[in-house]
Amino acid sequence: MPKHQKLLQIKNLTLHFRTQKGDVQAVDGVDFELDYNRAVVILGESGCGKSSLAKAILRLLPRNVSKYAGSIIFEGNDVMQLSDEEYRQNVRWVAMSLVPQAAMNALNPVIRVGDQVAEPAVVHLGLSKTEALQPALKMFRHVGVPDDFIDRYPFELSGGMRQRVAIAMALVTSPGLIILDEPTSALDVLTQANIFNVLKRIKQELGTSFILITHDIATSSELADDVAVMYAGQIVEVSDARRFFHEPLHPYSQKLMASVPRLRQEKDPEFITGQPPSLINPPKGCRFAARCPKRFAKCDEEPPVIEQDGRKVKCWLYA
Amino acid sequence: MSNITTNTAEGKMVSSSDKQPLVSIQNLRVWFELRRFGFGHAGWVRAVDGVSFDLAAGEAIAVVGESGCGKSSLMKSILGLYKPTEGDILFDGTKMSEYDRAKMRWYHSRVGYIQQDPYGALPPFMTVARILEEPLIVAGIKDKAEREQRILKAMEEVKLTPQEDFLPKFPHMLSGGQQQRVVIARAMIMEPKLLVADEPVSMLDASVRVEILKLLRNLQENHHLSVIYITHDLATVSYFSERIFVMYAGKLVEKAKVQQLLHNALHPYTHALLAATSDPDADNATRFRDVPPGEPPSLVKPPTGCRFHPRCPKAIAGLCEKEDPPEFEPEPGHLVACWLYKE
Repeated sequence: MPKHQKLLQIKNLTLHFRTQKGDVQAVDGVDFELDYNRAVVILGESGCGKSSLAKAILRLLPRNVSKYAGSIIFEGNDVMQLSDEEYRQNVRWVAMSLVPQAAMNALNPVIRVGDQVAEPAVVHLGLSKTEALQPALKMFRHVGVPDDFIDRYPFELSGGMRQRVAIAMALVTSPGLIILDEPTSALDVLTQANIFNVLKRIKQELGTSFILITHDIATSSELADDVAVMYAGQIVEVSDARRFFHEPLHPYSQKLMASVPRLRQEKDPEFITGQPPSLINPPKGCRFAARCPKRFAKCDEEPPVIEQDGRKVKCWLYA
Repeated sequence: MSNITTNTAEGKMVSSSDKQPLVSIQNLRVWFELRRFGFGHAGWVRAVDGVSFDLAAGEAIAVVGESGCGKSSLMKSILGLYKPTEGDILFDGTKMSEYDRAKMRWYHSRVGYIQQDPYGALPPFMTVARILEEPLIVAGIKDKAEREQRILKAMEEVKLTPQEDFLPKFPHMLSGGQQQRVVIARAMIMEPKLLVADEPVSMLDASVRVEILKLLRNLQENHHLSVIYITHDLATVSYFSERIFVMYAGKLVEKAKVQQLLHNALHPYTHALLAATSDPDADNATRFRDVPPGEPPSLVKPPTGCRFHPRCPKAIAGLCEKEDPPEFEPEPGHLVACWLYKE
């Protein structure tokens, strides 16, 4: 594993959807990098384009795409240049896999969970069905599902166990990167804590990298090495987790952090007035300007991305 | 309607006042029968199994528990949707089990219900105006002008202004926060005494959650409402309720004021819940959370004795698995059902 090379570099990734009212700019010029054995959290409100970003990275596109551009460099190769078939054979689930939103409810009810977990290994690694049960069993152990569950059906498992099965399914081909889309949003607190323990252990034991997509700031800190904040289709701040949770730079990030209710602090949470802009005709200049308490004349122009001690922020305040 | 005098069980005349709890739940049990092949008894699901508490007028409480602990069954019994198997619910001093249809209808107008998923709770084919008018029509308010007046007032209170903009809209044209405001306006339109809110903000974005909770807090204070929050999120309710009840496998295991619970939690299950709740902190990523092993028990055959004992790190052998712990009160107003506090 060459150290100088990043696992994943995303440059100017763009994904627009065609609708009757016009093009929805769901992902609009996103840049970020991810190193080996790191976890980046993509934070954002619903409708900011964070799930579309996951789809764009994995090229799981619906039919109404009007623009799909930019570059995704995975271990030095620009995978955007591959044809759909090459991408399917060499990248998706082989190099990176996905735990989709509400994955635990997406398991096939009439197939044993062991067979479902083994399926990616059959399809992508060319193993036979019986051979594929071996890596499936190994992944069951990694995610903390008892061995005998391999013969059970999804309805026999609790929500937390099914979520673990969905994670095992993403792991079974040993990809370098796993994208998790809201992995715990439908789970209870104790189960949530459990799943994050599992993810931390996988990160330590298998050296996997993670992209965690969520709106839950408090639990995102359970896995985050880096944080990228997304607003209206754009990344507005990228920072290491330590400095981000202590002192976010972008006014939106600051507001977002102030809205988190905390158990161990006596500070009233605040809220952000107004609503995110429509992604069909986003405002010119800074997209957060209309809700920003610190806006000034400059904000009518598109803000540049400013680097400050290794952190990036898209805001005129730091220019 | 607020000055109701009624006969209590002792046959004494009691008038409703603030000293008497608005809602009093007495040893409530809600069991569901399991049947085999449609007939033949196959056991009971003990969803709520001996819950008692009093709720004062103007007070907000939160019932915290994991999914499947029976908190929704508790909530639905309070709403009058489930009939208790045992025990009773007293509203303003009157027994709910003795309500006839007319009285039940009156009761439903005294209680507002805020659903978890606002989009699912609003009929997609009705405009906001129609959605808010519906309860008034059901309540038999014939005067159209009065109905309109009350709709405008309710929308003003939940800050859906200017009202004319929202009245003709359908739910899908509103944002999640606005939809939840419509749900709250609908719950408030009969000017209830009690609001039951089932995870009112769990479907909303972080930035609007606090806004909706502050709105509920204002309504509670302005109208002297009692509020019951049903949730699994300890961090949020701590700002918006006076007391927290922790529910586990059909029972309330700890009842305390918010500050008591956060700073001096007693029950091992509450400890586990608190330990599993994260605050945003970069150090979280470097340490594993202490989570009790196993999963909540089946409510068909709950463990003997204390229901938490198979997962409890402090279980006392020979006691906890045999005897169901009664409620102890180690400090005033702080009740816990755990043998560790026997004294």
